[in-house]
Amino acid sequence: EDKEEDESKEEDNGSQQKRASRRKNYQRKTRDGKKAREEGSQKKDRGKTAPTKDQKESENKEKKTTKRGKEGENKQKKDRKNSTSSASSNSSDEESLSEEELAMLKEQVEQKKKLISTMRNKPWRMVKKLSVLREAQDFVEKFEGALGKGKGKKLYAYKMMMAKKWVKFKRDFENFKTQCIPWEMKIKEVESHFGSSVASYFIFLRWMYGVNLVLFGLIFGLVIIPEVLMGMPYGSMPRKTVPRAEQATAMDFSVLWDFEGYIKYSALFYGYYNNQRTIGWLKYRLPMAYFMVGISVFGYSLMVVIRSMARNANESTADGDDDNFIFSWKMFTSWDYLIGNPETADNKFASITTSFKESIVDEQESNKDENIHLRRFLRVLANVLIICCLCGSGYLIYFVVKRSQTFSKMQNVGWYERNEVEIVMSLLGMFCPPLFETIAALENYHPRIGLKWQLGRIFALFLGNLYTFLLALMDDVNEKLAEEDVVKNITHWTLLGHHNSSAGNDSTVTPPPLDPADVPRGPCWETTVGIEFVRLTVSDILVTYITILVGDFIRACFVRFVNYCWCWDLEAGFPSYAEFDISGNVLGLIFNQGMIWMGSFYAPGLVGINVLRLLTSMYFQCWAVMSSNVPHERVFKASKSNNFYMGLLLLILFLSLLPVAYTIMSLPPSFDCGPFSGKKRMYDVIQETIELDFPLFVAKIFSYVANPGLIIPAILLMVLAIYYLNAVSEAYQRANAELKKKMQMQREEEKNKRNNKASSNPMLQDLEDLLTPSTKTESTPKQAEDKKIESPNGTSPVRKPGRGEVLDGSPMAGGRGAAFTRPSQVFVTQPRTLGVRAPYPGQPRPWGHPLGPVPGRGRGQPCY
Amino acid sequence: GAMGGSVSFIPQDLLGEYQELTFLSKQEILLAYKRFSELLPKEERENACSARVPKSHILTLPELRANPFQHRICRVFSTSETGDDSMSFEDFLDMLSVFSDSANSDIKSQYAFRIFDFDDDGTLGRNDLEQLVNCLTGQGEESQLSSADMEQLIQNILEESDIDRDGTINLSEFQHVVSRSPDFASSFKIVL
Repeated sequence: EDKEEDESKEEDNGSQQKRASRRKNYQRKTRDGKKAREEGSQKKDRGKTAPTKDQKESENKEKKTTKRGKEGENKQKKDRKNSTSSASSNSSDEESLSEEELAMLKEQVEQKKKLISTMRNKPWRMVKKLSVLREAQDFVEKFEGALGKGKGKKLYAYKMMMAKKWVKFKRDFENFKTQCIPWEMKIKEVESHFGSSVASYFIFLRWMYGVNLVLFGLIFGLVIIPEVLMGMPYGSMPRKTVPRAEQATAMDFSVLWDFEGYIKYSALFYGYYNNQRTIGWLKYRLPMAYFMVGISVFGYSLMVVIRSMARNANESTADGDDDNFIFSWKMFTSWDYLIGNPETADNKFASITTSFKESIVDEQESNKDENIHLRRFLRVLANVLIICCLCGSGYLIYFVVKRSQTFSKMQNVGWYERNEVEIVMSLLGMFCPPLFETIAALENYHPRIGLKWQLGRIFALFLGNLYTFLLALMDDVNEKLAEEDVVKNITHWTLLGHHNSSAGNDSTVTPPPLDPADVPRGPCWETTVGIEFVRLTVSDILVTYITILVGDFIRACFVRFVNYCWCWDLEAGFPSYAEFDISGNVLGLIFNQGMIWMGSFYAPGLVGINVLRLLTSMYFQCWAVMSSNVPHERVFKASKSNNFYMGLLLLILFLSLLPVAYTIMSLPPSFDCGPFSGKKRMYDVIQETIELDFPLFVAKIFSYVANPGLIIPAILLMVLAIYYLNAVSEAYQRANAELKKKMQMQREEEKNKRNNKASSNPMLQDLEDLLTPSTKTESTPKQAEDKKIESPNGTSPVRKPGRGEVLDGSPMAGGRGAAFTRPSQVFVTQPRTLGVRAPYPGQPRPWGHPLGPVPGRGRGQPCY
Repeated sequence: GAMGGSVSFIPQDLLGEYQELTFLSKQEILLAYKRFSELLPKEERENACSARVPKSHILTLPELRANPFQHRICRVFSTSETGDDSMSFEDFLDMLSVFSDSANSDIKSQYAFRIFDFDDDGTLGRNDLEQLVNCLTGQGEESQLSSADMEQLIQNILEESDIDRDGTINLSEFQHVVSRSPDFASSFKIVL
């Protein structure tokens, strides 16, 4: 038995070969009867003994050096004797391998496998884990081939092999995936300096970058590139040409900077796209693709956000809402082990001390309520002030947008008048959050809760601003739509007049076509909307970067260098260094994303700009944070705020879906620009595709499905389903709470009971096992283990395979160790005469392959 | 290619076993190996697997430098027989595995308990808690708690967590408390 085990420790192919030979043996055995079998096993034995011997020697040596010395050798010999005798005595049992035993063996193999897969969860030292793992692997390797019969056996072996391969593949794939995650080191560095809350912003930024890359791929791959490659070239039709009046200045930087001129008539914007149903030799349905991509941008984003929210929610099992353990949590979980910067650590020490003192004071003075009244008053006051700010900023934006509409009708307006909206919005976004923060100081919340309030308030500010902006924009669009009707007639008549005039001339000469630059154009409101969003995004990027540069970097330089010759301490006193503004940055990112979602339908190039922005942001902000910011005074952990960010993102996604859906569903597309020109509504493109490209019955089915009589019941059904699921989840929650309570009670009871008994708990035994080695000399866990096994069993190597489990007291082993020794002899078919002790020197090895331990494998000498 | 150099020093199958036995990915193990061998003097780097790094060198790692429990961490994870808290590569891996992002909070809490158990007696007694508080409040004179505050604090903690009222917190009591904490698993983490 021992021998078998040693042998399977060898090289994989070696053991495979052996298994094959064993199988051969088995088959031959069943065919030829006893004699042949004996011969076969003899041969096999000869092949086996030599390497076994080697390995044993090396193992012996190892054991000797680590612990036992002489005794070990003797012991080993005894073991060997024992094993051979027991093996031979048991070899007669092999035929009586019943179904039950097989099932049992299978179960044991499964158990071992489970042990292998959960080994990393055990609080053992590596040495012990390694040895147990190897044992378990050997066991599995040895016996899994034995399971199943005849054909089933082969299939089983194959299945096992595939499973092993699959596990390996999965592991490699995981490794690959983690290797692909960018900026891991950068974020880690930030994390060690500023704690996890600041790092959570960068993780969020990275996630956002990933999402935007996918959106970018969708839009570029399916819309922009096909149009550029296969669509009509630039200048071939009016919508792709700069109008005559604008041509002179179309290349000026000031014009380009406003996204007019050549940029306005490029593939970056909606207006460039042609309404040709199919383009190129691929017969690519571009309008259809445009529409579907526009929808799937939202679909994909929704899916990703919700999925990651669900995952985050799953991960945070403990909900932390019970406040039974305030002090204990402060004590046991308040240190952030990621902090690697002494300065941050000092801040953390200070904040922990304060929080200890605070909670002690709170505990002592929890009965005093005059403070509470004051605090409540202050909180209400703060909220009133902030609501005033919000209303004011909303009105300001509305005012400015209205004014800009009058400006836009005038000629020769200055740079400021043209960019007033963007400037005002950026200024509001810059100055309101610090104002809120100042006001929030009145409230005196825990920084983590304070962060959420701050986030919520800035969110409201940005949202108000955005929606005021949208409303004003909508007014603009409606004006453009009215204007369009007029232009449509003019265009019609111009084209007609051109034809008539040319027809009136000499009829033999074909009339020179009207130059596309001369055709009168409609205002193309879609492009206007797209341009607005792009400009907003770009100005947002600039303002963010300039704020960082001035507010953080220049300030840090000033404080650092002027401090030498200033009358007070700049570093500790007034300006000091800036802290990293988590809430502002996160919300900036979220709103930027909202703008991208809203704008990407009318400006497909916007996502490209955003990808660039996020990429530069990552490097720029990482640099800025490391070079010019100081850690927060009260360093706090990010906890579950990630899901809070995600919730805000989801809200913004929904809110940005609304205006886009509204314009798609209810506004007519421009008549002379964009992929949907000439249609009544944008979504008509779907109907058209279904009618023209699909068989008739699909159209029929579609018309049935689109029938309100079917849609309303469907919606009703969904509402009912939501109601039902909600009720179910509530019930589960209640049951959960109930169970929690029960568990708590049970635990307390158990603890009271256990207090009387000695530590019979397996967990405690593990602990003891861990506690011993570091203090006492020469007692590695392995040895402790061996000692334990020797004392009760004396010399019983038969137990070896089960040893790991029995000793570890892992609950699933449950004392089965003894049970699985018997089946292990099933395939040991050695006759008594050929003991292990006879090495047979000089005998040719029938399998010719050196079965000794293969050099370079290093198994024999694990590095402890 | 990307994993030349250092990979040749850890045998492939051992690397596989390490992946099986720890919560670390291949890259993390290789990185750990690199960092570990950098702590060794030049002549020992050849066989970093069998060498031990003295505690003073381990503590120069930025990941441990600012940690108030650095000495305890070394003590807990070291298998040194002489009690000098030196670490072998496998000890190092054990440590990183427990502190890794993907380790579950169960094993994290077991080791946290051992780290907080300053006198190695298997329970967190008053002395342990006192030392723990001192570690958390830092070395500075002004940040230390007064003895009355300390007494009050420890009293409160024992009231909350010591369910069986024996005056100490044992492992299961500790795990009970910590497993409910929303941010234990996310903060008990060291990444190389």
